[in-house]
Amino acid sequence: MTAIATIRIQEADFDIAQEIAAMSRDRTDIGAVVSFTGVCRGSENGEPIAALTLEHYPGMAEAEIRRHAEEAMSRWPLSGLTAIHRVGRIAPGENIVLVVTASQHRQAAFQAAEFLMDYLKTSAPFWKREESARGSSWIEARDHDDAAAARWTKS
Amino acid sequence: MRVKYFAWVRERIGKAEETIEPPAEIRTVGDLIEWLAGRDEASAYAFEKPKVIRAAIDHAHVRQDAAISGAREIAFFPPMTGG
Repeated sequence: MTAIATIRIQEADFDIAQEIAAMSRDRTDIGAVVSFTGVCRGSENGEPIAALTLEHYPGMAEAEIRRHAEEAMSRWPLSGLTAIHRVGRIAPGENIVLVVTASQHRQAAFQAAEFLMDYLKTSAPFWKREESARGSSWIEARDHDDAAAARWTKS
Repeated sequence: MRVKYFAWVRERIGKAEETIEPPAEIRTVGDLIEWLAGRDEASAYAFEKPKVIRAAIDHAHVRQDAAISGAREIAFFPPMTGG
């Protein structure tokens, strides 16, 4: 069965259990479902934050996630892939991003989820702005995220 | 062509998008950054560190040596911090 990627960008929260259940509903060919949830931390660099605001580039954000989702499906034998990224104001403890991958065996599902998250962080056009007692400022990109994405590059 | 700005690039320039008509000698993304930066103080501030700026043409990432001819939409933004 050809896997289809579900990509959503939305302000509303998502239901993790529902998204995982949807992956294997009415199917018996799936042996592994892996999910990763990115959650808003209550501090950034040791400073408490009140909230994050996520900005994105409509159109390109979907296209960029889809491009990497399709690459994941070509590299690993996946039965399904879901990626949901929230935008707008997100408070500490709330969900930011969800990646769910399904496969016959766990290794493909684990690796594909990690691959997609690494690229989501470095090449999907989203930007986080943090609000704290000291005002609000844009979060800076981290070099170790670039390094994490680079290790998937085929040589 | 249409130009879009995001995150602190948008804030520094003071607008989210505009339509521009650069002269014919502006051939690459890097040329365009230099041309935009020379327009006014706000743009100069947004593009003060051109190497930091990321660009996309028609929703695909490009390097600064990419040609802009035929582009409908060019976007400028800081390194991405989603996920």
